[in-house]
Amino acid sequence: MGFLQSIDWMQILRCFVVGGIICVIGQILIDKTKLTPARILVIYVTAGAILGGLGIYKYLIDFAGAGATVPLTGFGANLAKGAIEEVKTSGLLGAFVGGVKVSAGGIAAAVFFGYIASLLAKPKIKKQ
Amino acid sequence: MKPIETNQEYSDYVNKKSPDSPILKNCLNAFWVGGLICTIGQFIMNFCQYKGMEQTQASTVVSIVLVACAAILTGLNIFNKIGKFAGAGSLIPITGFANSIVSPAIEYKSEGYVMGVGGKMFTVAGPVLVYGISTSVIIGMIAVLFGA
Repeated sequence: MGFLQSIDWMQILRCFVVGGIICVIGQILIDKTKLTPARILVIYVTAGAILGGLGIYKYLIDFAGAGATVPLTGFGANLAKGAIEEVKTSGLLGAFVGGVKVSAGGIAAAVFFGYIASLLAKPKIKKQ
Repeated sequence: MKPIETNQEYSDYVNKKSPDSPILKNCLNAFWVGGLICTIGQFIMNFCQYKGMEQTQASTVVSIVLVACAAILTGLNIFNKIGKFAGAGSLIPITGFANSIVSPAIEYKSEGYVMGVGGKMFTVAGPVLVYGISTSVIIGMIAVLFGA
């Protein structure tokens, strides 16, 4: 199994710990503040975009891999990174094109699979 | 049971009856479930890179796979159970984004396929996209100004 031998297990551990900590921060926000989950997700994506724009989030991704890219902050950082990179090649147009371009896969998948899953699922009968 | 007479006795009684604040337990569950979801993502990413993909493509594949799994699990009503247990552990990873699309879509299915499913899908995901994309446009504009 060449694949299993290629895995850097320390990297997996860093991924687990960093991903876990990012979620714990969210859990503390849920338990200690009156923020709704929707607001927390918005805060995470915006914070990620700002940290990505400042070039800070990149270091966390280098350190923790998917532990930093899978949480929603990673989605935000990816949007910002895409916008900045596209600006380098096509100027102001890039500010509008870049972010969504690099995140297109995730967004399209969420819309498509979300729609399919909703069609297949039966609505729950609300318990009184 | 002896009657409660002083304030002290009353507060002792209340403390005994009300459960301990579950925040520590919630955080622990959020930690390991969130960490585990990220680790699954890392394995998918490693596998894609092992098959010769570059990192940006591999991370897109990770998003697509996790989103698809979360959507299916939400449809089967399994994700909500995980969510109750893990709290932010399943909300904060991109799986929570997928869940936030599917849950209201299922709930409002009775309002029709266009405004019910199609419209309510974005109850939570809409704001996330609005703020995420708007921030990225502003950052891009700042990058233009400073000639990044």
